[in-house]
Amino acid sequence: MSFTRRNALALGSAAIAVTLLPLRAFAASEKSMEAITAFADGATVAEGGIELTTPEIAENGNTVPVEFSAPGAKRVMLLADGNPSPGVATFNFGALADPSGSTRIRLAGTQNVIAIAEMADGSYTQVAKAVKVTIGGCGG
Amino acid sequence: MAKARVKAPKTAAAGEMVTIKTLVNHPMESGQRKDKEGNLIPRKIINAFTATFGGEHVVAAAFEAAISTNPYFQFSFTVPATGDLVMKWTDDDGSMIEQTKTITVA
Repeated sequence: MSFTRRNALALGSAAIAVTLLPLRAFAASEKSMEAITAFADGATVAEGGIELTTPEIAENGNTVPVEFSAPGAKRVMLLADGNPSPGVATFNFGALADPSGSTRIRLAGTQNVIAIAEMADGSYTQVAKAVKVTIGGCGG
Repeated sequence: MAKARVKAPKTAAAGEMVTIKTLVNHPMESGQRKDKEGNLIPRKIINAFTATFGGEHVVAAAFEAAISTNPYFQFSFTVPATGDLVMKWTDDDGSMIEQTKTITVA
């Protein structure tokens, strides 16, 4: 096989694409974006306003403690961006409840955990926290 | 059969914010693991949780497979008056676990 100019160009652009990928690490994955769009009914999602507590490093991805507090929220959705299926849980708070909670989740590997809240006024907001996972918690 | 454990205060002041801790003994089989023969183990998780106090909706949760084994959930709410906190968990197989805790306002 001769190494043509066209092949060289194709290889070059593929290499550029690969090196560019890490830059997008903080953007949500396609599946997560779909879940967020479905949750927010297509509305724009602002940043901040939710306190999301996760460990910086989780040794065991099978049980990672996650805590959230979203003052003024009536619904909160948690996503694990890098899991085979990003959905974690959705919470619906009544008038008596404090819009907060804490649970333990599975993470397949190092990734972002995302919390999206629907506020009482119908606006949406999200935060993401990176969690480093030493041993993944899916499959086996 | 799965069993739920709930930690809730027995008494509270009127309008006090109380924290409830819940834990269910349940494998939460994610449906992504394989057995020794390489067959997928079917999903079997607690997929829903609801809590009401005195008949009023407090919190409802929908859980996915990413919730850990022995699902733990902690929530807080304001106790308006003496009443029953009724909590229900729904399994993928349709079975339900129910627990009631009475919180007395002194």
